[in-house]
Amino acid sequence: MAAIKVHGYHASTLTVMVLCCLNEKEVEYELVLVDLPTGAHKKPEYLALNPFGVVPTIQDGDLTLYESRAIIRYLAKKFQGQGTNFLGSTLSEEALVYQWCEVEGQSFNPPALSIFSQIVFVPMRGGSTDEAAVEMNVEKLEKVLDIYEERLSKSKYLAGDFFSLADLQHLPCTHYLVNACGKGDLISSRKHVNAWWEDISSRPTWKINFT
Amino acid sequence: LVMAVIKLHGHPISTATAMVLCCLNEKEVEYDFAIVELSAGAHKQPQYLALNPFGVVPTIQDGDLTLFESRAIVKYLAKKYKGQGADLLGNTLAEQALVEQWCEVEGHSFFPPASTILFQTVLRPLRGGTTDEAVVEINIGKLNKVLDIYEERLSKSKYLAGDFFSLADLQHLPWTQYLVTACKKGDLISSRKHVNAWWEDISSR
Repeated sequence: MAAIKVHGYHASTLTVMVLCCLNEKEVEYELVLVDLPTGAHKKPEYLALNPFGVVPTIQDGDLTLYESRAIIRYLAKKFQGQGTNFLGSTLSEEALVYQWCEVEGQSFNPPALSIFSQIVFVPMRGGSTDEAAVEMNVEKLEKVLDIYEERLSKSKYLAGDFFSLADLQHLPCTHYLVNACGKGDLISSRKHVNAWWEDISSRPTWKINFT
Repeated sequence: LVMAVIKLHGHPISTATAMVLCCLNEKEVEYDFAIVELSAGAHKQPQYLALNPFGVVPTIQDGDLTLFESRAIVKYLAKKYKGQGADLLGNTLAEQALVEQWCEVEGHSFFPPASTILFQTVLRPLRGGTTDEAVVEINIGKLNKVLDIYEERLSKSKYLAGDFFSLADLQHLPWTQYLVTACKKGDLISSRKHVNAWWEDISSR
């Protein structure tokens, strides 16, 4: 069987998230480098795979699939019988996985990405950080993380007592916040969020990408 | 033995609630609609926050399960009631993956600019503020780029995920409805032949 092809970039945390998922599911894959610094993701060859011109995209036989959250969901389902079970065991557990996946996508990711953009991308492109925008988004994230703190005081992981897609989805952005934005205090100041972050970020399949 | 009916906590004016209502109807599922009076701040009261700590609508209760985030709710309903009503998920693993892909596109590429336009052109004036035209223009620009991709996709596929109406199309209903009506940005849709045909189709279900 042809190995799954992952078109991505090693320094793209969303690509790394998909690779992490593949490793957790013990699935063979081939990483095809899309050289972001040279604009490979905006060239016709890549746009033919993913018209939105972002990484990653996977190819599995006849299926071409993009959107990292959709990719990991597909992998979790297709390989449900092997490796880490990311979806829970009942319909209700699965529903809670999707709920917290949506929370990540709609409430956690937008402010986290804005912070990252202001602190890292903007200066990289010669501009200056909009501190007011950073502060506004830090405030939003604080409110969200207070809810996480409450949740994680009752539940080992977000969807329940099992590591799921919902936790996996938080790895890329939180990694950036802690390691590239100097906002680790958002995590470390909250006892249960901190314990959860320590746990999920030390999974070998994630850690290995940063050594 | 009567099975407990799904309880939907929400408000008809909320687009996310509307999306869940649409899904319940498509799946022919009985429900009990508990109105959360947004104008009275009911969604921020302890009673509601105990259900949904994010203090937004909708939230559903199905037996022991309490579930929020409208996109997670419709996914749960589509799965639980797969055997009845419209099949919103696709039949093969590959079809289901494409449904998820276009659901994510809606959630991350369509919804943000669309909701910003709604906020600026309708909600802000309603609350006594003024529309920031520059922000509206930026977001129309973003939406134009996304809709160009939709136009290309829909020229080859009747619906977003394939030749079947799915959650991905359903997720676009409430926001597009507002864009076309309250925001008066219908030209974004009508100027694109295939997007227009798709919109006419899905909005007349």
